[in-house]
Amino acid sequence: MNLKRKETAVVFRQEQLAEGIYDMWIETGLADQAKPGQFISVYTQDKSTLLPRPISICEVDKEHKRLRIVYRVVGKGTTEFAAYRAGSKIDILGTLGNGFPVEEVADKRVFLMGGGIGIPPMLETAKQLCGKSAETNIIVGYRNNELFLKKDLEKYGNVYIATEDGSAGTKGNVMNAIEENALQADVILACGPMPMLRAIKKYAEEHNIPAYISLEERMACGVGACLGCVVKTKEKDHHSHVNNARICTDGPVYLASEVEI
Amino acid sequence: MKNTKVTIAGVEFKNPVMTASGTFGSGMEYSEFVDLNCLGAVVTKGVANVPWEGNPTPRVQETYGGMLNAIGLQNPGIDVFIERDIPFLKQFDTKIIVNVCGRTAADYVEVVEKLGDQPVDMLEINVSCPNVKHGGIAFGQNPDSLFEITKEIKAKAKQPIIMKLSPNVTDITEMAKAAEAGGSDALSLINTITGMKIDIHKRAFALANKTGGLSGPAIKPVAVRMVYQVANAVNLPIIGMGGIANAEDAIEFMMAGATGVAVGAMNFVNPYTTKEVVDGIESYMERYAIENLSDIIGCVK
Repeated sequence: MNLKRKETAVVFRQEQLAEGIYDMWIETGLADQAKPGQFISVYTQDKSTLLPRPISICEVDKEHKRLRIVYRVVGKGTTEFAAYRAGSKIDILGTLGNGFPVEEVADKRVFLMGGGIGIPPMLETAKQLCGKSAETNIIVGYRNNELFLKKDLEKYGNVYIATEDGSAGTKGNVMNAIEENALQADVILACGPMPMLRAIKKYAEEHNIPAYISLEERMACGVGACLGCVVKTKEKDHHSHVNNARICTDGPVYLASEVEI
Repeated sequence: MKNTKVTIAGVEFKNPVMTASGTFGSGMEYSEFVDLNCLGAVVTKGVANVPWEGNPTPRVQETYGGMLNAIGLQNPGIDVFIERDIPFLKQFDTKIIVNVCGRTAADYVEVVEKLGDQPVDMLEINVSCPNVKHGGIAFGQNPDSLFEITKEIKAKAKQPIIMKLSPNVTDITEMAKAAEAGGSDALSLINTITGMKIDIHKRAFALANKTGGLSGPAIKPVAVRMVYQVANAVNLPIIGMGGIANAEDAIEFMMAGATGVAVGAMNFVNPYTTKEVVDGIESYMERYAIENLSDIIGCVK
């Protein structure tokens, strides 16, 4: 049962993983219900920046009731979060969104694909698929050789790297890495920038396999009320019946064949 | 027990706290956070005669102390709304105010007529949305058009009507007078203030629609001023809104002349805002020994 709530949680630990990339563990009861591919919204203490920042859940520790988020500093809000230390209070809303269909892809050969700051949600996904999938190939793309989360991912599957500058793994993007390593899959789960997701949608169509992709968009409420974050869908969405589904609640994970991106 | 009841056009509300149209859906999403039975009314997202798909994304952007939106009134149309949203809201002991939008006068009338035999308490007529190209604000920026459409809708409406006014005019009291002359039973104000944001890194508009409606605490002083002006210009009850974040803000609007108060963008910031405003108003009444909340309406002259 996913019951959304807003609460003041506490930062357990925070460290920097790479240039502009931060890794934060938060102590929160929301860990009980968190699923891979879901996200939380994080509020700033600065009241000039009112809207919460949607950030994907990187890892779930149900035993200690902790959630891990790994995020990139891009503006005022994330700059504030990056300064938080153990014990800092943090206002969060969660858990939000549908998450990846981990049960549905069990027993299959799975590609887990992440690009840049789309890599973090693939970690908990990989963890939960570990031992359930027939094979897990994790293909991740970075800008350079600052390979954040690589070691964590290696615990749960075969990791293949692509870097834009060629400083590690395949030079190029995740699609180049698939080709170079002659990898094959029955199903894809992915999160990353739009050009990557478009390439995956095309690849999935050509290979006639399902691809579940996690989308992002500017959001206000995060709970499906404001209709700010929509994506064009092939079929009529169930809320407004106009082929515009809400990413925060109907997504962020969609079958690639069902969305027009 | 303090008396928090207020009456607008013959409809009695258990308290003045409502939701601003478009910020609360039809209550379903926020019912996970707030007991809707605590609210004076739920004012729904705008509904048209047919489904509207709205604008391209990005539709929302943050601004200093507020936000811009250009949703473009995405909605499922009145038939789905009657079948799904009204039965949902009827489960709760709160008043239902349906926000009606349209591109032409006939669109508005069609929705109003379909709602005629429905269990809704009032109709709020959206003639002030800045984000749709036809209809909407075109009716709300010219006193003659506003008078005509108010008259036309009033003639067909079975429930009391509330014309929702735009702040994007030279003199909002002229618009208020036109709506009053056309037969409006109440007024709500303000809708969002037209704004713009530019992404200097991409050298592009931050919203796909270029312009959007500014809401949130940043606009509150403008809204309070307009409520005060309108309250002194017409003899209609007012539902005030614009950046209400807490009970203090709500009381400010009431003292300026609002009978009802609506929480808008702040629902996105704190999903519990509406309930906190209800509780905060009661605490304020205790503190100042106010027996009847309606006594403070327009008390600052």
